[in-house]
Amino acid sequence: MAAASASGSGRSTLGTVLFYVFVALFVLVSVAPLLWVFKMSIITKTELFANPPTFLPNSPTATSYGTIFGDERFRKALINSTIIAGVTTVICLFFGSIAAYAIARLRFRFKSLVMTLILAISFFPAVAIIAPLFLQYRTIGIIDTYWAVIITDTVFALPLTIWILVAFFKELPRDLEEAAKVDGATTIQAFRKVIVPLAAPGVFTTAILTFIFAWNEFLFANTFLFDADTQPVTVAIPNFATVYTVDYGAQAAAAVTVTIPLVILVLLFQRRIVSGLTAGAVKG
Amino acid sequence: MTTARGQSGQKKGRGLLREEFGNPERRTAYYMILPALLIILIVAFFPIAYSVYLSLFQANINGVGQFVGLENYVEMFQNDAFLRGLNNTVIFTVVSVFFEFIIGLGIALAINRAFRGRGLVRAAVLVPWAFPTVISAVMWRLMFQDQVGVINYVANAIGIISEPILSDRTLLLIAAIGVDVWKTTPFMALLLLAGLQTIPGDVYEAARVDGASVMQRFFRITLPLLKPAILVALLFRTLDSWRVYDLFWGMAGRELESLSTFVYTGVRISQLQFSVGNAAAVFIFITAFLIAIFFIKVLGMQTSTEE
Repeated sequence: MAAASASGSGRSTLGTVLFYVFVALFVLVSVAPLLWVFKMSIITKTELFANPPTFLPNSPTATSYGTIFGDERFRKALINSTIIAGVTTVICLFFGSIAAYAIARLRFRFKSLVMTLILAISFFPAVAIIAPLFLQYRTIGIIDTYWAVIITDTVFALPLTIWILVAFFKELPRDLEEAAKVDGATTIQAFRKVIVPLAAPGVFTTAILTFIFAWNEFLFANTFLFDADTQPVTVAIPNFATVYTVDYGAQAAAAVTVTIPLVILVLLFQRRIVSGLTAGAVKG
Repeated sequence: MTTARGQSGQKKGRGLLREEFGNPERRTAYYMILPALLIILIVAFFPIAYSVYLSLFQANINGVGQFVGLENYVEMFQNDAFLRGLNNTVIFTVVSVFFEFIIGLGIALAINRAFRGRGLVRAAVLVPWAFPTVISAVMWRLMFQDQVGVINYVANAIGIISEPILSDRTLLLIAAIGVDVWKTTPFMALLLLAGLQTIPGDVYEAARVDGASVMQRFFRITLPLLKPAILVALLFRTLDSWRVYDLFWGMAGRELESLSTFVYTGVRISQLQFSVGNAAAVFIFITAFLIAIFFIKVLGMQTSTEE
C-alpha cells in the first residue's frame, strides 16, 4: 500500500514536469512567430540579411518603424481600419442586442427559423456573393467608400454578435425584468433600464469580438476598396511587399504594428473572450 | 428556395400570423428582430439568389448579357486554373483540418485540469487566433522568404528543400497548411476543451471503479460525450478551410490558387473571367451547403438552437 502510493507520487512528479514541458512548448510555438517577426522589425538591414541569421538582435533600431510611420499610406490605413471596425462594432451591437434580447427572452413561434437563418450566415461562404454585391454596390455608388465594407462586415458579424449576446442574456436573472414589468415598465423599458446595465460585461465582450472580426476582415475590403484612401491595414500591408520590395524590416514592422492592438486586447480580456467564444458552441 | 418555403408557410398559417401579431409581446419580439433579419436577407440571401441567376448569363463587370444556360459551368470545369484551385482546396481542407483536430484534441485533453499559469496558456492560445489571417500570412511569408527567412534557412541547412519555399507551388501549399494549423489549432483546442469541461467527472470515476482502462475511458466515454463539440468544431473548420482566401493571397499572391482566389480573380481582376468566376462562386456555395448537410444528416450533428 505504502509502496504503491510512493510510486504513484513519483510518477505524478514526473508527469507534472512533462506536463509543464508540454505546456511551455505549446505556448512557445504559439507566440514564437510573432516574437521572431518582431525581432526582424527592430534589427538593421545588414543583420536582417546575415547568414546564418542572428538569434537575438545585435543593436536594436527603430528605423523600420520610422519608415512605415513616415508613410502616409500606412497611417491612413490604420485610421481606415479603426473607422471601419469601430462603426461596424457599434452597428452590430445596436441591431444585435435588440434582436438577441427578443430571442433570449420573448416567446414567439418562428424563433428556431429565425435562429437558423441567422446562423446560416456563419456557415455561408462570403466569397460566393462578392460578384453580385460588387454590381449592386456600384449601382448605388458605394464602391471605394467605407460603407461598402461596413455594411457587408455587419451582416457577417451579426450572427456572432447575436449568438454570444443570446447566451449572455439567457444567464441574466429573469425575476428582475418581471419585477420591472409588474411595476409597469414596458418590454422596451425593461430592456433598457434593467437588462442593458446588467448585460454590460457581456455586451463589452461581444464588442471586443466583433471589433476583432471587423479589424481582421480582408476579402470584402480587398474586393470593394481599390482606392488607397479607404483601404484598411489588411489590404494595405500585403501590398507593401510590392512597395517596400526588399525592405523586409518595414514589412515586418507594419505587420507587428497592426497586431499590437489585438495582442493587448487578448492579454487584457482573455478570460472574457474565451467565455464569449465558447458560450454558443457548447451550450448550443 | 427559402422564399418558396416561406410563402407556402404563410398560406397555411394566415390565422397563425394574425395570432402571432395580435399578441403584444410577440409583436414586440418580431419588431426587435426585424432590422437584423432584414439586413441579413438583403445583403446575404438576396445576393446568393442573384449570383445563381447571374451564373446563367454571359456577364462582365459592366453588365449582364445574354442567357447562356449552364455554359459558364461547362467552361469552369474545363478551366485549368479552376481545377488547380479545386485540387489545392481539397488537399488543404482535408490535411489541415485533420491535423488541427488531432493536435487540438491532444492539447485539450492535456490542459483539461486546473494548473498554475492557466491564464498565460489561454492568452498564448488566443494570440494566433486573434491575428488577421492575411497578416499572419505576411509574417510567415517573411520567415519563408529565401534571403531573410529563418525557416527557409533552417530547411536549407538541414537539406530538406532544394529550392526556395516561396518559388515552389507544392512547398507553398505545404507551408500554407502549416500556417493554418499554427493559426487555428489553438481555437480548435479551445472549443474541444469547453466541450470536455461539460463532461461530469463522476462518469470517469465510475468507469475507473469498474476497471476501465485509459483507452477504454477515452473511446467509450470521452469521444462519445464529446461528439457534439467535435462535430461543431470540425464543421466550422471544414467550411472555413473550404473558402480559404486570405491565407493563400497573403502568402503567395496569385501563385497559390484556391476556389476562392479563382472567384476573386474572375470578379475583380480578369475582365474576361467574370461569368466563370461567378459560376465558381455558386459552386463554392453549393458544395459548402452539401458539406453542412453531410455533417448534419450523415454524422448526426445536432442543430437545435433551443436547449
